[in-house]
Amino acid sequence: MLLEVKNLKTEFSTKRGVVTAVNNVSFGLDKGEILAIVGESGSGKSVTSLSIMGLLQKPGKVSNGEIVFKGEDLLKRSVSELQKIRGDQISMIFQEPMTSLNPVYRVKTQLLESINIHTNLSKEDALKKVVESLRLVGIPSPEKRMDNYPHQMSGGMRQRVMIAMALSCHPEILIADEPTTALDVTIQAQILDLLYDLRQKLGMAVLLITHDLGVVAEAADRVAVMYCGRIVEEAMVKDLFSTPRHPYTIGLLQSIPKLNEDRERLYMIKGMVPDPLKMPKGCSFSDRCEHCMEKCKEKIPSLMQVENQRVRCFLYGDGVEEE
Amino acid sequence: MSSKPLLQIRNLQKYFVVERNFFGKPTAILKAVDDVSFDIHKGEAFGLVGESGCGKSTIGKMIVDIYSPTSGSIIFDGKDLASLNKAERRKYCKDIQLIFQDPYASLNPRMTVGEIISEPIRINKLLPSNEIENRVSYLLNCVGLASNYRNRYAHEFSGGQRQRIGIARALALNPTFIVCDEPVSALDVSVQAQVVNLLDDLKKEFSLTYLFIAHGLNVIKHISDRVGVMYLGKMMEIANKKELYQNPLNPYTQALMSAIPNIDLSVKKERIRLEGDVPSPINPPKGCRFCTRCFKVFEGCDVEQPPLAEEKAGHYVACRLFNK
Repeated sequence: MLLEVKNLKTEFSTKRGVVTAVNNVSFGLDKGEILAIVGESGSGKSVTSLSIMGLLQKPGKVSNGEIVFKGEDLLKRSVSELQKIRGDQISMIFQEPMTSLNPVYRVKTQLLESINIHTNLSKEDALKKVVESLRLVGIPSPEKRMDNYPHQMSGGMRQRVMIAMALSCHPEILIADEPTTALDVTIQAQILDLLYDLRQKLGMAVLLITHDLGVVAEAADRVAVMYCGRIVEEAMVKDLFSTPRHPYTIGLLQSIPKLNEDRERLYMIKGMVPDPLKMPKGCSFSDRCEHCMEKCKEKIPSLMQVENQRVRCFLYGDGVEEE
Repeated sequence: MSSKPLLQIRNLQKYFVVERNFFGKPTAILKAVDDVSFDIHKGEAFGLVGESGCGKSTIGKMIVDIYSPTSGSIIFDGKDLASLNKAERRKYCKDIQLIFQDPYASLNPRMTVGEIISEPIRINKLLPSNEIENRVSYLLNCVGLASNYRNRYAHEFSGGQRQRIGIARALALNPTFIVCDEPVSALDVSVQAQVVNLLDDLKKEFSLTYLFIAHGLNVIKHISDRVGVMYLGKMMEIANKKELYQNPLNPYTQALMSAIPNIDLSVKKERIRLEGDVPSPINPPKGCRFCTRCFKVFEGCDVEQPPLAEEKAGHYVACRLFNK
């Protein structure tokens, strides 16, 4: 296991009370694997990735758990030690390629920054490295393009620059937080292909955070579905789409209009995501679930192994999560 | 659908001047919508789909009279929008309403939900003030919200609920035609389904006609009867939805369809991968707009934009592979 997250709990203390954004989340990421974390807004998927990177903003705080990277707990590292790891061994790309690049610096300056921090290359070699990483992500004539400012590039190009920046020091883990959400479908397909290719070429592991099950089906090997801060189902991608088990996953898959079938009405999951300050006592999906039982309202099920999948639902067993 | 079209768009153009020289002469012109024509029949949902910058929202804004067209005409119910006088234009604006994309930005944070929904009624003096409250309650119930939500402010609601409020506001004037500009793209999947179903129900209940603008092909397919595909200000293909999705003719439509991530892993399809980015609409390619990225491009494609012509009954396509 390259990265192992164990019982991660991240809390935000607000004036109205403590919001547990990530609750008891555990998963592992193997070398060269693409793991997708999928969930709707507020499910805690982005907070999970920020916790791993140590980039949580106040008042966010990891209150429990371990994040083990190559045998060492990242949470015990100091800020300066983390800075050495970030951008070098673990890097991250963000959702908005428009806002995550600095508009007043040339692309090459921004790429050089992380190379200069993490390596001792000479000026010439560092520039060569910039050209090389821009070429790797498929930017045409990188020698010219590296002198551009971000506003001279299209959205897809900017996302490629972001990826080039993240890859410039050959990280072992790439965390991609909604990398294609702001892009058009034809460009999205290009970027997903690129991530897939780079994984093959460089053998890095990718943690793909997304709300789009289509992207998961297209790009990932394994997937964890999150709802209200907890993982509710974890499976290999092909298993999840052929035999979804958790009622939330089933509902989510059914509510997407499909291209190859005609239906009068779309399936709807009733109600909406509960207020994070007023979570149901039992299973957080209980008040929207079609299969809700008495037990569901009282106790929180644990993540149970069902064949090759892990499911957090009393329909598949009696395991109760310990507080 | 044999009836007379409710809305006719004829050779519609919208140019934006991006740059002027010292003497005020335009030096760069962005052709957002370039010579687009189509009809929408009564009771129909017409889907307009395309990538960002293709001009689909600009068409929507011209129909609701936010932008005025550079040339071409919008004929609603037999009357040309450009020829209307002030009073007729008011009536027109009452008949055509708009639902916005971003439910967070389109509701005034300083107004209560009741004020937001009743504002169009008050401005148009549609009802005496003592009846407004009942009307607001009725509209809230129509979109599936409790009528006592009237006194709350927009920030107290989730994205899906806000979009419902926006829909209630659009319904307030009893419109016959609603332009839905990406109404579900800012919403989560489970909420998206709720709003799509709601729009479907309202269409039947109030016998509405929709122009449904979206970039998500699967949502468009669910809600529309006919679909138009746009690229860089041009209409590339128009067809009945069944026909379009089973038998897309224009190479751009084919590429667009194959780029949608598929959640059904049992269906393995051949991918068409487009190279490069959408060219800038300020300096679009000569000839067919799609010729720089087209995988079926052949000699002569870069000379002239092919016109939209009928290939089969009701299936129009603008591509030199077909209309010769």
